[in-house]
Amino acid sequence: MTIDKPISGDEGSPIEFRLDPGSGVPTYLQLVQQVEHALRLGFLQPGDRLPKVKEVVAGLAINPNTVLKAYRELERKGLAVGRPGQGTFVDGTLGTTPLREQQALRRALTAWMRSADQAGLDEDGMVALFTNALHDFRKTTGTTGGSEVIAS
Amino acid sequence: MTGMPEQSLALEASGLGKRYGSTWALRDCGLSIPEGHVVALVGPNGSGKTTLLHLAVGLATPTTGRVRVQGGLDAGSLEALECVAFVAQDTALYPSLSVADMLHLARNLNTGFDSARAEARIAELDIPPTRKVGKLSGGQRAQVALTLALAKRPRQLILDEPLSSLDPLARHDFMAALMTAVAEDGISVIFSSHVVAELERVCDYLVVLASGQVQVAGEVDDLLTSHQLYTGPAAQADRLAATLPVVRDRRAEAQAHLLVRTSGRRTEVPTGWETHQVGLEEMVLAYLRAPAASALPGPRELIGKGARP
Repeated sequence: MTIDKPISGDEGSPIEFRLDPGSGVPTYLQLVQQVEHALRLGFLQPGDRLPKVKEVVAGLAINPNTVLKAYRELERKGLAVGRPGQGTFVDGTLGTTPLREQQALRRALTAWMRSADQAGLDEDGMVALFTNALHDFRKTTGTTGGSEVIAS
Repeated sequence: MTGMPEQSLALEASGLGKRYGSTWALRDCGLSIPEGHVVALVGPNGSGKTTLLHLAVGLATPTTGRVRVQGGLDAGSLEALECVAFVAQDTALYPSLSVADMLHLARNLNTGFDSARAEARIAELDIPPTRKVGKLSGGQRAQVALTLALAKRPRQLILDEPLSSLDPLARHDFMAALMTAVAEDGISVIFSSHVVAELERVCDYLVVLASGQVQVAGEVDDLLTSHQLYTGPAAQADRLAATLPVVRDRRAEAQAHLLVRTSGRRTEVPTGWETHQVGLEEMVLAYLRAPAASALPGPRELIGKGARP
């Protein structure tokens, strides 16, 4: 949940990825989240090219399969589309409609925080609980084939 | 997600063993690693990493069993040597030669050596071709060794501890160069490493060796989804450990942390316990500390019922 300045203009793509090794968030998901983030903030527009796999790999020293996995996930979410030989391009928005929903969700989250606070949970406790729940959630709704479901 | 067809194996070992004198450096090693992966080979000193890599490139001959590379080629055969490149631990370059002479030598020692590519890379790295190899920094030397290996245009690249003597920046640059080669040429990579913390961003297949035997082998994604950390009351830990394969068991007076291999099975989490995902580093360290536990593909299920230290 750190908000860094995600972007600096590089020739090809309007955005550049960064990694937070200490976040515990899988690398491919960090890339997905940064694209979503850039879409919300308007750094990315439909039609923009995402950084080429080679550029990301050379910049971050990560496995190219990780970048491909992130881009596949973005395609699956309908946010990007791959054009053979050209790259992956933004093909959706996270703007208008979801924004209203986002506000509603945010209100629900604030309400949750209030009750967590009343239950005696401090800020770190909330983050820990949220992160943990998010991990489990990702696991059960996982995008990794879905063959293994851990009941909890 | 690993939906690509994986018919061909980058490395295949069965019953592989190597004895030096009366000591087995590697024993009964079975592996089948599909092509197209970046494989990290991890293990304590003396666990047999270098022996395994030397067997795979034909620098050593097996005492027992066999090892094949790149779709069934016998390790060390001419066909295998043509498509497998090896970067040794000490980056075996001649310190008194200049970089240009080193390239010249490599061109004459290898068939199909792409000089233009090698020279372009050296220029890109800002390494003066006239400089003696012995005068280069550790990072530059490693880059030169990588350049020579890639100029062979191999299908597979095997590296023994490529990162061990590099500072963090050189390490990052080296890995960036290696991963770029993977992206550009689609080569398979196997490298041994002590630097567990940085593996997660790079490798998608993991092999852990302990005392000359394969302890863990599998795709990183699969391994991560099949391990969980259970945290709960120490008083109930025995009961839980009896039902689940425990890799590592840490207990204090009140609280217990059990690193469990769930193998993707449906597992009921008892009340009072919570589960956490584990990262690659945490999982690797747990296995390194518990040499009795293992995670291998296929029918072999070697995990003790609640192996405890």
